[in-house]
Amino acid sequence: MFRDAALIAGKDLRIERRSRVTTQQIAPFALLVLVLFAFALDPDRGVLGRAAAGLYWLAVVFCTVLAVQRSATVEVTDRAGEGLRLAGLDPGGVFLGKAVAVGAQLLVLEALLTIGIAFFYGTKLHEPMLLLATALLATIGLAAAGTAYAAVAAGLRVGTTLLPLLLLPVLAPVLLAATRAWEAGLAGVPGDAVSWLELLAAFAVLYIAVGVVGYGTLQEES
Amino acid sequence: MRSIRVLGALAVVTLTGTFALGLGLPATFEQRTYSRMVALHPPLAWTAYVAFGITAAASILYLIPRTRRPRWDAIASASAELGVLFTGLTLITGSLWGRPTWGVWWTWDARLTTTALMLVIYLGYLAQRSIADTASARAMRSAIIGAMAVVVVPINHMAVEWWRTLHQGRSLASLKPGSTLDGDFIAAMLLGFVAMTLSYVWLLVLRTKVIEADNELEAHALTAAIAARRREAVAQ
Repeated sequence: MFRDAALIAGKDLRIERRSRVTTQQIAPFALLVLVLFAFALDPDRGVLGRAAAGLYWLAVVFCTVLAVQRSATVEVTDRAGEGLRLAGLDPGGVFLGKAVAVGAQLLVLEALLTIGIAFFYGTKLHEPMLLLATALLATIGLAAAGTAYAAVAAGLRVGTTLLPLLLLPVLAPVLLAATRAWEAGLAGVPGDAVSWLELLAAFAVLYIAVGVVGYGTLQEES
Repeated sequence: MRSIRVLGALAVVTLTGTFALGLGLPATFEQRTYSRMVALHPPLAWTAYVAFGITAAASILYLIPRTRRPRWDAIASASAELGVLFTGLTLITGSLWGRPTWGVWWTWDARLTTTALMLVIYLGYLAQRSIADTASARAMRSAIIGAMAVVVVPINHMAVEWWRTLHQGRSLASLKPGSTLDGDFIAAMLLGFVAMTLSYVWLLVLRTKVIEADNELEAHALTAAIAARRREAVAQ
């Protein structure tokens, strides 16, 4: 399973390196969202600084929708996913591989967005280790849940409009927990973040389990 | 068919009884006549949760190859529709109750937030059901989403619960007539629970039959369905 996962992750990341969708489309979109938040919330009143953690994670969640949609589309185009099934790869491994590739892209986006909030919103990054741990756990959860739901919506003619409706309520706990943990970190009170990190970890484990067990059925159905 | 009618009659009788008892409740000191909502609002919320539980159970039964029947898919779908209906009514009655007692239509209380998220999740479920597709592909996809929702609802609940308790540590439970409820209120509420559950089961049976008839129509064309209906009518 893990060998298959490594193969698929390598494949997806290679596709991304060549097509540059993440770097040329999703990353600029992420920064654009940060700028748009500044238009919506008056930058002079300090709202941006106080809401930085929430806005950051909202931007990450939006990017997740785009990234997993892209990741699932790759398999639907030219029926590439059927090729994977014919190759006899373990479905759990395929799921893990795709989730790892999405997670890696999200981490790059998060790094970029972190620079973005520090630069645009003037956020001071206290407790960097806590911020990093939160980002890692949240990213695993986002990538796992996103990959599972994108596989459901992929291949449907209206999949692009359906996916946000299905996925965003599911990602709500990650948005909530990651935001609170970051708020605690940015405010310099890391103790408050512990229970939120636990929640993020539970979410990640749960969706990895759901994906590994259920991905075979998802592939059959599409 | 007769048992469905009996069920329907029971639902109507208990619902009427609930309204009669509920409207007859005395005004309380704290909430005046608004406390009568206790006969309606908690039973609606309870039924919404039951409906989504049934959707999840039917979805899981459909996913297990040994118990896979088209009927589970129909039940899951019917129950999700009713769940959305009852959740909608829960939110409406809740905000009608909240406005005079808490002073706001909406508050970011843990329970309200979870209920709203649950509503959106099942609206998504229903949205994907309405996509034109082959019956088996739709059933399979719905079953997966219905089963995954079992994971979503509790974790959403947990997250939101922590969020509110960590943040304001204020319990709205003390405002609700819960701990100091007297006999008449309990009776009205219990009858409400029975009435809503019966109504739910009745509507579920009817809606499931309609969905199955719909599927049959899709599968075997009109004539077969008409012949079956005629046979059923003659048999009565």
